Amino acid sequence: MREELHPFETFLRREMMPHIWCEGCGNGIILNCYVRALRDLGIDINKVVTVSGIGCIGRISGYTNTDSYHTTHGRAIAFATGVKLAKPELKVVVISGDGDLFAIGGNHFIHAARRNVDIQVICANNFNYGMTGGQYGPTTPLEAWTTTTPYGNIEHPFNLVHLAAASGAVYVARWTTLHVRRLTECIKKALQKEGFSFIEVISPCPEIYGRYNKMRTGIDMMNWFRKASEVQNYSDPAKAEITPERIVIGEFVDIEKPSFGRLLQDMTAKVQERMREEK
Amino acid sequence: MAEKRIAVLTGKHFMQGDIACAEGAIAAGCRFFAGYPITPATEIAERMARRLPEVGGVYVQMEDELASMAAVIGASYAGVKSMTATSGPGFSLMVENIGLAFMTETPCVIVNVMRGGPSTGQPTKSGQQDVMQAKWGSHGDYEIIALAPSSVQEAFDLTVQAFNLSETYRTPVVVLADEIVGHMWERVTIPKADEIRVVNRKKPQVSPSEYAPFRPDEDLVPPMACFGEGYRFYATGLTHDESGLPRTSSAEAQQKLVQRLCDKIRKNADKIIKTEGTMLEDAEVAVVAYGITSRSALSAVRKAREAGIKAGLLRLVTLWPFPTKQVSQVAKKVDAIVVLEMNYGQIVREVERAAKETPVIFLPKLGEEPHKPSEVLWGVRGALQ
Repeated sequence: MREELHPFETFLRREMMPHIWCEGCGNGIILNCYVRALRDLGIDINKVVTVSGIGCIGRISGYTNTDSYHTTHGRAIAFATGVKLAKPELKVVVISGDGDLFAIGGNHFIHAARRNVDIQVICANNFNYGMTGGQYGPTTPLEAWTTTTPYGNIEHPFNLVHLAAASGAVYVARWTTLHVRRLTECIKKALQKEGFSFIEVISPCPEIYGRYNKMRTGIDMMNWFRKASEVQNYSDPAKAEITPERIVIGEFVDIEKPSFGRLLQDMTAKVQERMREEK
Repeated sequence: MAEKRIAVLTGKHFMQGDIACAEGAIAAGCRFFAGYPITPATEIAERMARRLPEVGGVYVQMEDELASMAAVIGASYAGVKSMTATSGPGFSLMVENIGLAFMTETPCVIVNVMRGGPSTGQPTKSGQQDVMQAKWGSHGDYEIIALAPSSVQEAFDLTVQAFNLSETYRTPVVVLADEIVGHMWERVTIPKADEIRVVNRKKPQVSPSEYAPFRPDEDLVPPMACFGEGYRFYATGLTHDESGLPRTSSAEAQQKLVQRLCDKIRKNADKIIKTEGTMLEDAEVAVVAYGITSRSALSAVRKAREAGIKAGLLRLVTLWPFPTKQVSQVAKKVDAIVVLEMNYGQIVREVERAAKETPVIFLPKLGEEPHKPSEVLWGVRGALQ
């Protein structure tokens, strides 16, 4: 009998290992929760497509042994939209970073949420552009130090769960990489939900972001998550703050609304019915 | 059979160029369109929005051209023939992901109904100013296939051809139309469905465990598995090896991949390139033109013949890969070449390179109207002096 290398061997692309992520990075935890959710649900992995953009977490599509595609910077959601609409029977999951999804790709995010495209988006929010060495981005907290905010950040960050809810997502949640069980459960929930779902995962980047902001190790960052996290399920996402003292986490939105794909199928069926009648 | 009748509107029609282009796409099997409204290409989107649901296809209007091109690539990877249509400003946004489509060998078609530029330019007026952008717009070394229709009939025929080339070579293909061809109305003959040659991408003949998504056959083109077919492959815009795995630090991998991707087009250039010669046999001066300006050129060449001047026309149907061999052969036989374009000098540089010692006279035209035949005739007379 062949030796099992990893409990999730089937879900991981072995030839891609070792991965590129730093010690203490949260991306491995996100990958673990994702594949665990796929396994628990017993989804046919031949029918799953994992899509990512550019950045450290962008490599996740390569590490996941589903059909997978690594797009240009910011375009993962737009690519995923094409896949899902062309082949609705596929489960299409986008996993990418805060800079990729909300700076360069922000427009695609809000419009996919508005359309309610039936895709699942998981965002690893590490508060900075890690791969290019730690520049500030759309989620960097005020006053934080990054290589391009050498005097402290003077831009207000996005509240991603509020943005997702306001844009029309049918399912919205936020967890940290400390909350692996609840994160996994929410990924499972999102995967079974029809429509656009969004899960933000606050993820440690000790090598770069943490180092410059008095949290040098993964443990330091996880300690911050532990001390500051406050579960406020179904509270107002507009008030879901992320400060040194308080990280509001939980599920914020879980509503029903017909997906774009469903409306498209219904419309197409009607058009074709009319064509048959006309003949 | 009923389905075929709906998809292919066999018969004679009085049709607009943009609409003929959309019908060509549907006849070629296109079932996915993602786009963003832009003059003078909007009519293609409008036609697709109405027609695609009739044939079970998908029309989606994206938030911009960046998204449109990304969605087109996604749909193609999901196994559906896909296209978008735009004009210069939108094409500028699309070149980002045209690079991705080239790198990940994605069959897809991009129609650029050219208007006057740069920037917003003249949205409702014609131009041929995106010819070099089609070739060089995205970063890095790449090759593109670009076709230039000169009539409404060709808007139909060349869109079919664009899909066939994209499926044959697993590469993005650009239809470089222009505002006049896009907006004019002419007679079009649409053949019977079974008389239209439709090519579909090669599928893998091996099991998923043996499949390498970017391992080419002898023709340099790899068979293409699509999402959901059980092959579970990975594609990335990073430099990759035959199995699709990133090779970001290997000089050898970069050399091997980029060379093959370019050679896939370069070495098949003879099969791809199409030109059309008129009265070239005994010509002393050759006019080289493409798209709408070739119509003025043809009229001028006829007038020249009436005046006893031995003129001929070489019409470039394929712009990229550039028909170097065809231009060289003509250049060897004539005393001079006249090039006309609705820009300030683009394809003329390629003609000069191919013509070598033969003098090349360039007639640029900026703004709404193509060259008048009399202007071309003046150029032809000048070339012989």
